[in-house]
Amino acid sequence: MSTIKIEQASRWYGNVVAVNDVTMTIGPGVTGLLGPNGAGKSTLIHMMGGFLAPSAGAVTLDGEPIWRNQGVYRKIGLVPEREAAYDFLTGRQFALANAKLHKLPNPREAAERALRLVEMTEAADRAIGTYSKGMRQRMKMASALVHDPAVLLLDEPFNGMDPRQRMQLIELINGMGAAGRTVLFSSHILEEVEQVAAHIEVVVAGRHAASGDFREIRRLMTDRPHRFVIRSDDDRRLASALIAHDSVGAVELAAHGGGAALHVQAADFGAFVAAAPQIARKNGIRLWEVLPADESLESVFAYLVTS
Amino acid sequence: MNGTVLSLTFRGMLGRRRSLLLFALPIVMIALAVVIRLIVGVDEDTAVPMLQRFALGILLPLVALIAGTGVIAPEIDDGEIIYLLAKPVSRWSIVASKLVTAIVLTVAFTTVPTLIAGVVLTGGAADPVPGFAAGTIVGAVAYCAVFVLLGVISRHAVVFGLLYALVWETLVGGYVPGARAVSVQDWAYSLTYSMSTDLGTKPEVGAAVALPLLAAVTVVALCVAVQRLRSLSLTGDS
Repeated sequence: MSTIKIEQASRWYGNVVAVNDVTMTIGPGVTGLLGPNGAGKSTLIHMMGGFLAPSAGAVTLDGEPIWRNQGVYRKIGLVPEREAAYDFLTGRQFALANAKLHKLPNPREAAERALRLVEMTEAADRAIGTYSKGMRQRMKMASALVHDPAVLLLDEPFNGMDPRQRMQLIELINGMGAAGRTVLFSSHILEEVEQVAAHIEVVVAGRHAASGDFREIRRLMTDRPHRFVIRSDDDRRLASALIAHDSVGAVELAAHGGGAALHVQAADFGAFVAAAPQIARKNGIRLWEVLPADESLESVFAYLVTS
Repeated sequence: MNGTVLSLTFRGMLGRRRSLLLFALPIVMIALAVVIRLIVGVDEDTAVPMLQRFALGILLPLVALIAGTGVIAPEIDDGEIIYLLAKPVSRWSIVASKLVTAIVLTVAFTTVPTLIAGVVLTGGAADPVPGFAAGTIVGAVAYCAVFVLLGVISRHAVVFGLLYALVWETLVGGYVPGARAVSVQDWAYSLTYSMSTDLGTKPEVGAAVALPLLAAVTVVALCVAVQRLRSLSLTGDS
């Protein structure tokens, strides 16, 4: 059982602050590191993996500093985001080389075990250069698992995977977490995190925005007011019909892209989406466009930060 | 030193397209030697400048540049180095293994062709050829250490290496004798000069100074490279 502690860690590059005063503890089980692109997830993972020094604060594994401490790699397995992985080697040679670099007592056996774990035994004698993206990802996993590490760090592991490979990886990660390993993976896709991690840490713009149980954060994310932009053949009449509905908090008739449009704020996303077309139909109004105005992850995250 | 790093590096070097240059340059030199031999015959007055200008002056720095930067720079560039660094392996042994690979390749693709070209040009005479071979060996060690260091600290290692070897040593050193006092090529030539009789051009510094200088450059470059690799920071693709 191992624990990574990040204490008041910041990292800046010149004038740009990538990670700003973050404190979090990653313990056994699966933790999802969630945030939009450019939020500082990779910077955090690089600090936890010992490939970036915190500009301020501390990053430790079981009390030991990680930066410039190659001994920590006995406990850490690292799955980098980048694709390159010795294309000229076969999968089996790559796994074996990793096991040998760890100076394991029986590298051959360890390599085979890791290959079995990620189900790459069949393709293990092909050169890595010929692998698909999903196979590469699994090979990278195998390289990180040869020494049976207590901590596994995965940087955007689901990128570019097809649904089947995704399912497989989710199963694998869940298995590791259940076995008491400390598993951390980063993602910018909410639905991915939902299927794997019970516990999530949210970072937005370099700051630690939220931490805790997934359902809790999901509720925070869905219970916010939702905005829609609606265009129809009679905006004014539609406005009065919409405001009568329980799910609608506010309606504004405003300029929109050269013409006019309704800006609607709904308290209950599900109820409003179901009701809007019925209301329009009942009043004989033709809807031209119904656009959720703030469904991008960035705006969801931004809401979390300000609330 | 680490056997796994050594074998990964050797395979990586000989597998990359860039390594074709390693074969091409010596072949050009040997071919040139054969042509000269056929036209001029055995003539020490042509053999010495040929070995000095081509073997020591062009082949050695270029092969060392390809090998020295090639053993580590591409790995850092595309992030593969993470698989070596995320291991409980001392940084010292990683850099030493990389350096040894570069030296072995440089000796194989410089010293051996120099011997062949020398024998072709001199008809197997005993004198200047062993001196030039020895010069390429000590030169290979120092050049490789410098170029491995460049590969660790810069993304433009090849450019800086070329600037140093061709512009500083060959061009500036060719016109400004003082510049040759700070030149791996000249120091390597010092050994050659001391091992041979009557070579004509005198090196800027004697072998007694040049050899310690070569050793010092090698050790300092190695130590700095190890330090820099210990604090290598990785950033994402963006």
